[in-house]
Amino acid sequence: MSALHIKQGATSHSAYNLRPNFSDTVETHTLTVLVDNEPGVLARVIGLFSGRGYNIESLTVAEVDHTGHHSRITIVTTGTPQVIEQIKAQLSRIVPVHRVNDLTVEGPSVERELALLKVEGKGEHRVEALRLADIFRAKVVDSTLTSFVFEITGTPEKIDAFSELMRPLGLVELARTGVAALARSGE
Amino acid sequence: MARPMTGAQIVVQALKDQGVDTVFGYPGGAVLPIYDEIFQQSDIRHILVRHEQGAVHAAEGYARSTGKPGVVLVTSGPGATNAVTGLTDALMDSIPLVVLTGQVPTFMIGSDAFQEADTIGITRPCTKMNWLVKETDQLGPRIHEAFHVATSGRPGPVLIDIPKDVQFADGMYEDRAETDKGHYHPRVEGDSDAIDALVTAMETAQKPVFYTGGGVINSGDEASQLLRELVAATGFPITSTLMGLGAYPASGEHWLGMLGMHGLYEANLAMHDCDLMINIGARFDDRITGRIDAFSPHSIKAHIDIDPSSINKVIRVDIPILGDVTHVLREVLARWTARGGKTETAALKAWWEQISEWQSVRCLSYRRSKKTIKPQHALERLEALTQHRKDDRYICTEVGQHQMWAAQYLGFEHPNLWMTSGGLGTMGYGLPASVGAQIAHPDALVINVAGEASWLMNMQEMGTAVQYRLPIKQFILNNERLGMVRQWQELLHGERYSHSWSEALPDFVKLAEAFGCKGIRVSDPADLDDAIQEMLDYDGPVIMDCLVEKHENCFPMIPSGKAHNEMLLGEADTQGVIDSKGSVLV
Repeated sequence: MSALHIKQGATSHSAYNLRPNFSDTVETHTLTVLVDNEPGVLARVIGLFSGRGYNIESLTVAEVDHTGHHSRITIVTTGTPQVIEQIKAQLSRIVPVHRVNDLTVEGPSVERELALLKVEGKGEHRVEALRLADIFRAKVVDSTLTSFVFEITGTPEKIDAFSELMRPLGLVELARTGVAALARSGE
Repeated sequence: MARPMTGAQIVVQALKDQGVDTVFGYPGGAVLPIYDEIFQQSDIRHILVRHEQGAVHAAEGYARSTGKPGVVLVTSGPGATNAVTGLTDALMDSIPLVVLTGQVPTFMIGSDAFQEADTIGITRPCTKMNWLVKETDQLGPRIHEAFHVATSGRPGPVLIDIPKDVQFADGMYEDRAETDKGHYHPRVEGDSDAIDALVTAMETAQKPVFYTGGGVINSGDEASQLLRELVAATGFPITSTLMGLGAYPASGEHWLGMLGMHGLYEANLAMHDCDLMINIGARFDDRITGRIDAFSPHSIKAHIDIDPSSINKVIRVDIPILGDVTHVLREVLARWTARGGKTETAALKAWWEQISEWQSVRCLSYRRSKKTIKPQHALERLEALTQHRKDDRYICTEVGQHQMWAAQYLGFEHPNLWMTSGGLGTMGYGLPASVGAQIAHPDALVINVAGEASWLMNMQEMGTAVQYRLPIKQFILNNERLGMVRQWQELLHGERYSHSWSEALPDFVKLAEAFGCKGIRVSDPADLDDAIQEMLDYDGPVIMDCLVEKHENCFPMIPSGKAHNEMLLGEADTQGVIDSKGSVLV
């Protein structure tokens, strides 16, 4: 039965791709989902993840085309290659979903997340917090005599690193937007 | 051309424009304006059921037996929640339905109003798509889109929730032709390279098998025709899932019978030993595969399916073909013929010899009795006595042992003659489904093969059958047990029969009389033929109480957690065959 010559990508214009292996390795993938911005569409997507037991690491959604009423949902999820393929196929068949892209496998992409951190402290801690903020290119967006609110943009790993450093310096509250991502242009 | 109408008028007009002739429903406060419009017209026939679950199953029976979408109209709150089981059933079995629910007025939504429920939220996971329509102008386009979505791609149930004020309000109705169907257009043509790969695999296969499912039937009559041509052209053996029965005729020379947990020995062993498995419109359900890691270990697997999420979901396949069965089979057949229709003749001959060896095991034989009616025997006699009606004999079932026996012992020559709850396994499906099938085919022979426990779950629908003079035959194999539960308790739970018997059963003959139909009881095998004939001859609904052997088990059986080649064939030692790992599986 070796007469089969199925190459990877042979069915590239189908809605699935032929992955070389079905390993048990858990991978992290960033998916973008273009949907009609209509009531309940986010519930439909989230319900799919909870109902079928998939993970959501991060999720962002906002309308990106006001005339066409399209929203873009960016989901960071984890799973084995088979589960990731299944998530993409399940997402694609939701009626108000126009397109699903897997930025992790479809070439280079950029990912950014924004976070706001409230850090309270006095004396040397305040100075150290400002110094680290400068190194991380975080901005001070609010300040009192005993606190700062920093705004930082970057990859989730950068935000993780920054917030870990802020913790001993008086981090009291943290808000993160979740990941927004785009494929890089061109070849 | 857009025309001014009230919301309720738009609903009825849109249904007419979709060619709807029958609606199954139950009125209530939040749908009264639509019922008022239904009263004032005669193009659409409304069938008043006795419970909303019955309406949805009846619409499923109608849809499954005609290939057209079934339409349901129910009220808000409890009307909608009662429809949920039917919606889930239709979603699992890919049955096209359009369900219209009333809703409290838009300005009361969210106020916990009388008979208010979050219908959209509740039904989101059990519909293919649903919409709340808050503007009357949107009603027409939404209803037309709903029919498009329900019937395109992998069919399924869709729901439109219509607040009462939207039904009363004036709006504009746009004809079907003017409505934008949106972007939902699933791909139907299979990938050319993959089809070539399949044809090559077919040319070189030594031990091929076709494994077909409900997708062939959903794809339409042409799909069944093409399947028959392909099987005839290749000479490959063919088996089918529960949902796919009838796509290939049971009398066909290449037919192996149903496969799966209670499938035939030869079908399951052919699946296990094959070197090329061609899955057409089936989805590797756990009732089919048994133990995944031991499923058909040496085969190349091809999978034709219109739903990308069915491919590689459970079983990894080598040749995935995303597309509609009709389109793909037409292309496969054309290329196969163009390339000379080659097969490995000698290998195929040896494969068939192997298969006939398996067939000689005669896995459906059972111990006969002169004292009690064996359920298998009752179905064999039903089959024999309805032989002349096989072109218009519609069989529905409930869920359980009787369902599996019906699938094993009744033969189907055409698609759309067999209606059963496969994916969800809904007890109470069969009676209302038989109502729907008989409504769609008034002169046909419609039989619901039932167990007494399942049948009681929706027995109120006998009222519907009597009201509309539907001559449906309720063929109840009464073992006074929840037979399949009892069988599992015997095999898995040390014969502790926890709550698996039917106590305080009604007298089915008197029950039939109370409903205004005919009741027949039979318990002696010698009287069985006459009783079945009496049921068939009676011009009206019949409840047949066929008292059968109480402790009969359904075989063959692949125990949970076992592979296809580990199936149990009969009453041999069945204790301890399922290990603790298997017993957690259902």
